[in-house]
Amino acid sequence: MSMPHAAHEMSAIMLDQADRLFQQFITKDALSAADRGIWPDALWAAVEEAGLPLALVPEEAGGVGLGVGDAALLIRRSAYHTAPVPLAETILANALWAEAGGAPVAGPVTLAPTNARDTLTLAPAADGRRTLAGAAHRVPWGAQAGHALVLARDEAGAARLCLVPGGAAASTALRNLANEPRDTLAFDGVAVPEAMIRPAPDRLAGSLMAQGAALRTQQMAGAMERCLDYALLYANERVQFGRPIAKFQAIQHMLAIAAGHLAAATAAADSLIEAAGTPGFAFAAAIAKSRAGEAAGQMAAICHQVHAAMGFTREHPLHFATRRLWSWRDEFGAEAFWQAQIGRLVCANGGEALWTTITGEAAE
Amino acid sequence: MRAFRFEALRLPPEAAAMRAKVREFLRTERARGGYASHRTSWSTFDPEFSRRAGAAGFIGLTWSPDYGGHGRSNLERFVVNEEMLAAGAPAGAHWIADRQSGPQIAKHGSERAKRLILPRIAAGECYFGIGMSEPDSGSDLAAVRTRADKVEGGWVINGAKIWTSNAHRVHYIIALVRTSPPSADRHAGLSQLIVDMGSPGIEVRPILNLAGAHEFNEVFFKDCFVPDDMLLGEPGAGWNSVTGELAYERSGPDRFMSDIRVLVELIDHVGGEPDERQAVEIGRLVAHFATLRRMSTSIAGLLERGESPVTEAALVKDVGTAFERELPEVARRLVPVEPSPDDQGNLFSEAMAHVTLQAPSFTIRGGTPEILRGMIARGLGLR
Repeated sequence: MSMPHAAHEMSAIMLDQADRLFQQFITKDALSAADRGIWPDALWAAVEEAGLPLALVPEEAGGVGLGVGDAALLIRRSAYHTAPVPLAETILANALWAEAGGAPVAGPVTLAPTNARDTLTLAPAADGRRTLAGAAHRVPWGAQAGHALVLARDEAGAARLCLVPGGAAASTALRNLANEPRDTLAFDGVAVPEAMIRPAPDRLAGSLMAQGAALRTQQMAGAMERCLDYALLYANERVQFGRPIAKFQAIQHMLAIAAGHLAAATAAADSLIEAAGTPGFAFAAAIAKSRAGEAAGQMAAICHQVHAAMGFTREHPLHFATRRLWSWRDEFGAEAFWQAQIGRLVCANGGEALWTTITGEAAE
Repeated sequence: MRAFRFEALRLPPEAAAMRAKVREFLRTERARGGYASHRTSWSTFDPEFSRRAGAAGFIGLTWSPDYGGHGRSNLERFVVNEEMLAAGAPAGAHWIADRQSGPQIAKHGSERAKRLILPRIAAGECYFGIGMSEPDSGSDLAAVRTRADKVEGGWVINGAKIWTSNAHRVHYIIALVRTSPPSADRHAGLSQLIVDMGSPGIEVRPILNLAGAHEFNEVFFKDCFVPDDMLLGEPGAGWNSVTGELAYERSGPDRFMSDIRVLVELIDHVGGEPDERQAVEIGRLVAHFATLRRMSTSIAGLLERGESPVTEAALVKDVGTAFERELPEVARRLVPVEPSPDDQGNLFSEAMAHVTLQAPSFTIRGGTPEILRGMIARGLGLR
């Protein structure tokens, strides 16, 4: 990354601390408990104590003031350790709320809506308050989060951010493949005081989809790295036919291909760091989420194959990473959702414009 | 898995200036009707085009002006190359000389070799072939048997090279030869020699490819003399210099843009309102393309810093050439086409014809995926 040397060092120290925190608190027992729906109190307390949820909130607003690149790496590391908490969502929600002029809040903050089908609306004011309408599906930790940052359209069609306390909306429990809560929240009639409603930053272009896709891309890059680490370790340990299976060319080639998928997903995730805050961000998010999502599926397949039956057990921790990959690739728009957007754009512009789209000149 | 380096890289401002310059040149070239971009690429041999590109200052960018170069960064060279590829420019005559032979000579060559050869490469007048493969040495490059024996004032080569692209029309090849007998260390005793193709003792026999085109050849050496100052580096250092050369050969945009004009023609053929399936599949190809470009750019940055990212280059070539192979296969599922090389101006059909017949070479030239994956596995600590 092109950042000043001092910032680079800060980043290394911060990431190192976060890594140790994740290592200490994300034990196999903690993961299994979270899998059963138990909120990991100790982990979240440590995460909050370290200030991680406020990573992207500027220092003058009471946050940590990390750069986008550092925050992306932090999210990648949290996913590498398969942190069973909505840290990525909370980092983004706090950043957006602060950007909109709001004061950061304690506790986990989730986001809604998380897919292109759900639309939430904000009714005109009555008695100094407004009420929300609509339902949001697949809201991460929707029932457990302290707050939900909701993007809703007001009566004029303008996008507003509303910070809604947890429990205000009726929730229906649902889980993704990793047993992370993905609840349905019914916002009909939920009252929001004017102070908790702010114009959404212009860069959102009226949607949380690109931002959410960027989160999931960083997470997939992190969890893919974990999968490959597990597979490399296992291939070097597991002995068959008198030698470690890592010595067989068939296994070597599978893992070399997996390394290609990780490199591609990481490159895609890196591209979002540079695109942050530019007009090309939504397009970059489409490219990155669809490319990383495709790589995630391939990575999971290869790493399971290398682990064979052992990796198919509850006992081996590989599934904590792969079940997340299988979930995250479909969240905030699966590959086809974003690919269709890219395809429609480049077709509308014509073949000769493809190149300037790729070099990033078309978006500026 | 921290073994591989793909750091983000922002192209410097001078690269943008270079991009504008080369685009203007290519616009002029196309306007003059010099080439049919839907069926030309970096393997299309066109000396006229190369001379004009040299005269305009787009060859030999990275070496010193003392040797006819332009003293520019590797990132500017990267931009020139990707613009040539994007435009489908017929850059095949000078491509190898500019990509690897020239940089090798600039780095390891004698003063006389640099003075004699580099200015002519930069002028777009001097072309190179790669003398690595032999009849019994393909993927197993260290098995080369062509030998060079020390004589007064130089070396005498005996043996044969094969699959030598353009040997019948280039001025030089850089031959990897054995300069001392095989030993326990297979990589020892190899050297690289710059061989003037006009020298006595060289016979070139054509090998037609499956499309009937004459690109590669077999090259026989019988007591072919090469002067001392045409040796690259020290005798016996050939393995190191050849692997360093491969980082340039494998990481560039020519490893994922060989058939990019098929994607351009596909988009135009589908038109402005694709159906859902077309939009999804084209979007997927574009996402792969954009990501590969980023990986390749990152390696260009490492090369610029003087590093030799051999494993990362292998990785880009493996992922990149898989994309090149897949592209026409996806295209034919989206738009029915019976490709023909002379389809009366149906550019998509003609591009598909050209690429379908070229595609098998994409995953062979410059190292097969099977070899590349072995290198990557070594980088992962598996061997």
